[in-house]
Formats: sequence, C-alpha cells, structure tokens
Amino acid sequence: MSENIASAPAAGRSSSTRFLYDPKVRSIVFQLLFIGLLFFLVSTIVTNTTNNLEQRGITTGFDFLSQEAGFGILQSLVEYDETHTFGKTFIVGLLNTILVSVLGIVLSTVVGFLVGVGRLSRNWLISRLCGVYIEIFRNIPVLLQILFWYIAVLRVLPSPRQSLSLGESVFLNLRGLYFPAPIFEEGSGVIFAALGVAVALIIGLSYWAKRRQVMTGQTFPVFNASLALIVLLPAVAWFVAGQPVSLEMPELKGFNFRGGITVIPELIALLLGLSFYTAAYIAENVRAGIDAINKGQQEASGALGLSESKTMRLVIIPQAMRVVIPPLSTNYMNLIKNSSLATAIGYPELVNVFMGTTLNQTGQAIEIIAMTMAVYLTMNIIVSLFMNWFNNRMALVER
Amino acid sequence: MIVNDKTIPSRPAPAANRGVIGWLRENLFATPGNSVLTLIGIAFLLWAIPPILQWAVLEADLFGSDKNACTSEGACWVFVSARFQQFIYGFYPDAELWRVNIFFAEMTAVLVWVLWDKMPKRMWGGIWFLTGFPATSFMLLYGGAFGLEVVDTHKWGGLMLTLVISLVGMVIALPVGILLALGRRSQMPAISSFCTVFIEVWRGLPLITILFMASVMLPLFVPGDIELDKLIRAMIGISLFEAALIAEVIRGGLQAMPKGQYEAADAMGLSYWKGMRLVIMPQVLKISIPGIVNTFVQLFKDTSLVLIIGLFDLLAVMQAGIADVNWPNIAIEAFVFTGFVFWLFCFGMSRYSLSLERKLDTGHKN
Repeated sequence: MSENIASAPAAGRSSSTRFLYDPKVRSIVFQLLFIGLLFFLVSTIVTNTTNNLEQRGITTGFDFLSQEAGFGILQSLVEYDETHTFGKTFIVGLLNTILVSVLGIVLSTVVGFLVGVGRLSRNWLISRLCGVYIEIFRNIPVLLQILFWYIAVLRVLPSPRQSLSLGESVFLNLRGLYFPAPIFEEGSGVIFAALGVAVALIIGLSYWAKRRQVMTGQTFPVFNASLALIVLLPAVAWFVAGQPVSLEMPELKGFNFRGGITVIPELIALLLGLSFYTAAYIAENVRAGIDAINKGQQEASGALGLSESKTMRLVIIPQAMRVVIPPLSTNYMNLIKNSSLATAIGYPELVNVFMGTTLNQTGQAIEIIAMTMAVYLTMNIIVSLFMNWFNNRMALVER
Repeated sequence: MIVNDKTIPSRPAPAANRGVIGWLRENLFATPGNSVLTLIGIAFLLWAIPPILQWAVLEADLFGSDKNACTSEGACWVFVSARFQQFIYGFYPDAELWRVNIFFAEMTAVLVWVLWDKMPKRMWGGIWFLTGFPATSFMLLYGGAFGLEVVDTHKWGGLMLTLVISLVGMVIALPVGILLALGRRSQMPAISSFCTVFIEVWRGLPLITILFMASVMLPLFVPGDIELDKLIRAMIGISLFEAALIAEVIRGGLQAMPKGQYEAADAMGLSYWKGMRLVIMPQVLKISIPGIVNTFVQLFKDTSLVLIIGLFDLLAVMQAGIADVNWPNIAIEAFVFTGFVFWLFCFGMSRYSLSLERKLDTGHKN
C-alpha cells in the first residue's frame, strides 16, 4: 500500500514536470541563468568602457606610474619633490594615510575608553558629562567635525609671531604645531641597543612573573618594573655614550618657524575630527561591554576584598574586552575609511593625492581607482586579521 | 507583663542618607576621589557654560538682514536667518518653493504613519513609503508632468537635497539589502559567493572612493551617448553602499532566527519566497529594526560627503556661506547651526530606535 501512495503523485505527472520540480535541477538552472546575466552585464560594461576610452584617447596600463609627477605634496614621510614619479605619489599618500590612521586609532582608543568608563561612573556628574559627549559627537557627521576643527578652530589661531607657546619649545600657530626634534649624533646606536635590551628584558620578566604567579601565587609589579626598565636603561646609555642626542628647537626666523618637527594644521584637524568622532562610538562599545558583565562578578571580587580599581583591572575589564573587541575592530576600520575625508581639507593622504591630483593629471581613472580600492580592502583585511588574533587571545579559555 | 500590641513605626533614615543631601552624598561625594572628580566637573561647567551662553544668547544679534546688523560681541544669528532659504531649499526657484513644502509635509505624514505604532494600517504606510511616496516626490520636486515646470537637479540643495538623497538611499537600500542578505545565505554557490563578494567589497571601501567611482567611472560604463545626472550617480553609489550595510544587519537577523522557523515554513509546504515573505522576514525585520535605524542614521550623516563631489547639500551651503566675503567671521555660527540640524535628525532617529528596542525587548528572546 505504502508504495502505491508514494508513487501515486509521480505517476500523475509526466516525467518532464517531475524534472522541472527537482530542486537540484532548479538550482543549477537558476545559477546558470544568473551567471549568464552577470556575464552579459560585465561584458557590456567592458565593451562600453573600452569604446569610451578609445573615444577620449586614453590608453590603459600602468606605464604612467613611472612618469614624472611634477607637483609638490604638502607633507611627506619619505623624500619627495616634483621630479619624482606618479608611483612615488602613491607611496607618499599611502604613508600619510597610515600615519593618520595609526595616530587616530591610538587617540580615539584612549579617549573612548576614558569616556566609556566615565559613562558608567557612580559619579552622577561625570556620567552625565560623558553621556553628553557621546550624544553630541556621535550624531554629527564626521566631515562637519573635521571642517569645524580646520576652519573654525585652527584658522583663527594667532600668526607665527604671536604663537601660543609652551616652555619656549612647543609652539602652536596658524601654520601648525612645532616641537623640538631629536638629533641623533654619532654613538647614538648605543641608546637603541639599550632600548632593545630593555624590551627583551621586559618580555622575559613578564614570562617569569606569570610563571611565578602560577606556581606560588606571588605577584610581581611587572608594569612598574617595565616602566623603570624602559626609561632607565636608555637614559643610562645616553649618559654613558656621552649624551649623543640633542634637541633641535624650533626658532622663529622671518615669518615662520624653522627647525624641529612641524605638524601641519590639516593633520591636526583630521586627527581631532576622526578621533573624537570614533571615540564616541568606542565609548558606547566599552559601556555596553562593561554593562554586559554579570553584576555578580563585581560583588564576588568585592567579597574577595579587591579594591574598586583592582576589581576593574583584574575582573571586569578582561571579561568586558571579549564583548568590546569585535565592534572595536569595526570602529577602527571605519576610522581608516573615514581618513579619506581628508580630501575636503587638503591633507595629502591616498585619496587626496593619488585619486585626486594624480588622477586629474593622468586621467587613468580605472587603474588609479582600482589601486586605491585595493589599498583600503587590504587594510581592512589586515585590521580584521589582527583583531581576530587579538580576540582569540582574549577569548574565554574554558575547561 | 508588658505587651506592646502596637507596631512601632519605623524611624526615618538618618538625615544624611536621604533627600537632597543623601542624593549628593551617594552620587557626587561618595569617596574622596569622587569628590575631586565632581569638583573638577563643576569647575569645567563653570568655565564653559557662562561664556557659551553669553555668546550664543545674551550678546547675540538676532534681527536684521545683513552683516551690519551684527554689532555686538556675541553670535551673529542674522547670518542664519538671512541664508535660511538657501539652507533649506538650496537654489530652488522662489516661485516653486510650495512644491518642496508639500514634499516636506508628505514626508512628515508618511513617516508618522509608518513609525507611530498607534496609526492604523501601518503596513500600507510602509508600502506607500517604498512606492507611492518616491513617485509623487519625484513628480513634485523635478516636475515635467501635470503642468509643473521642470526644476533641474543642479538647483536642488540644502536640507532638501540632504533629505532627498537619504530617502532615496533608504528606499533602495532596504529591498536591495534584503535580497543581498538572502543571497548570501543561499544554498546556491554561484549566488552566495557573488553576494558575499559584493557585500564585503562595498562595505570595505570608504564611501568617498565609491562616490569618486560613481562620478568618474560610471560615465565610462554606459554607452557614450547616455548622460547620467550627477545627482543620480551619487545616489546610485550611496544606495549600493548602504545596501551592503543593511544586508549585514539583515543577515544578523536571519542568523538569529531559530532553525525551527525555516523548517516549519518548509513543512507547511510554502515555497521559498512564500516562506520568506510570510514566516521568516516579518520576524527578522522586527528584530533588525534597531540595526536598520542605526544604519539609516549613518546614511543620513554620510550624505554630507556629496559635498566633495560638488553637490550642494546642507554642509556645502554652510561652506559657501563661510567663504562669502560679505559675511566675514561667521564660521562658528554656521557650524553650530548646521551641526544642530544634523544632530536633531540623527539624535531623533537614534532615540526612536532606542525606544523601539525597549518595546521589542519583552522577554520573547529564544
């Protein structure tokens, strides 16, 4: 009987309809149709593009990278002037993007953690102030914030002659921020060697301290000892080697400062805008992460007699980090992507230099846009790989 | 034997632990460290608030028509009122402003209909928002039909342009995002790999490179004789970018659905699309609403980037105002006003999302 029931519907339909209703067949047909459509779309775009490029007389290829650029760039971490190639402008822009991204990530993390912890403070006033900070900075477009710092704050600073100064060595004016630059003379290799030794010692020390704590339960003030090592060893080396490092002070000569390190106002504005905007998001993540920790954890560590700061440092933060890190990596990626808004104020990063000036000069739209996109996608992948690694390290190790 | 048969009334808490003093002790001066923080906070407020108040309100100039009306030390709000029309409508012709006003009114009405949970037939409101509303808005703003004069898109600007780009982004991004999310979770390898690559690439790029691409490369992609409007190009770029973001939000919702729901839909004999439409999507959309609204907040802020490719949105109006030589030194006023307008919209949306989150979180999880 059961055989009859099972085969009854099949017998009622012709074999071709059965074939049509087979999910496997349908899936293959759909996918073939989809691939065909996609292929048609892509080939249309390619034909149109080649036609258009031919009409406008643009040759494709990466030859332009070795041609002379012929334009100057405001700030460069490597040697660059007008005679260098278009390929070099790519490197300069890329390095400037990385510079502002790294500085921004550090600054936004510090501000974000402070505000996030402050938001949960038992102090009503501090908590409210942090809340106001978050709601203001998060709900205003970051481009507007960058423009605000650049136009409304940095443009109204005094001229070089009336610079704001800090101890006659750090100066802030309309043209930027100036501070002393270290000059490494002969024999300063010893200091770097001492720094290397200090780092190696710190790594060894933290391994030893961790092992000792596991074996005996005794703790060792690793942080303070490390701080002492990393400051004292190079300092001693500096004296021993006969003080080979001196400071070059910025000095007012004519209409501007010479010497020292100059931070251009575009970088300051971009950094402040990006960092304060991203910090508001990071603060919210930190708050959510700490909120997610069971209240019993806090009470338990209180019952063990740990002080409030130790509770935070040893019990709450390590657990909260597990919740905080995944959204944190999204925040960092957004910061890197938003650094491209520098175009609006003229900070010479990748999009501004390469996708802006270089593209205008060469007209090689497809190659340049593809290269720029590849850079951002690669940076995204690097950040997410690093954060995944960090997340795995912080993840709960269960028995 | 003495027996007290009356309950002794409980004594009030010590004066130091209740009322204003108790609250202060608990919340502001609990520990010495806390007291120091409080004092620093109060000092900061005393340092910051009086000058701001003095600048923005007490010494501000409110009335007049040009720079000469600003005589005092404080803010020159005359600038904002003098430029108000440009801030809201851009260069839209004076005689046609009523069309933009009707658009604003329709937008408000539709949004109230969709977002306020006491309104009847909100489902139809949603359908109108996605179909009829864009169509009527296009008719109104662009014209060319029913005897309405054509207003070219390069005359659009200000808050109106910001809202138009955001709304177009929302209307396109939501359905495309849903399709992409479904595609990413599809069993068919060709479709799921295409959707995954599409989402990850668009999400990984800065919006500004996408806008550049839309304005530089899109004209290369179409046959030479087709001229794409600058606004349309920007809208295509922004909408696809936001669609990729929405797709990830929806995917989160799809993953949060218990497997039994999918199996139940199959067991009822529903086809894939029917199962999605009747069983899965209503639940997924409900739990994804906060994430979707947050993406819309992001979208609203991101529209300000069109300034870089030369569209005249709210932020661009502000920049043009600052650059105007007839109005020197009004940068801060311009920033405060523009920032406040953006803030108002974004803060409103995020508060709405928060209240929804609270309402939906009724212990029905799992």
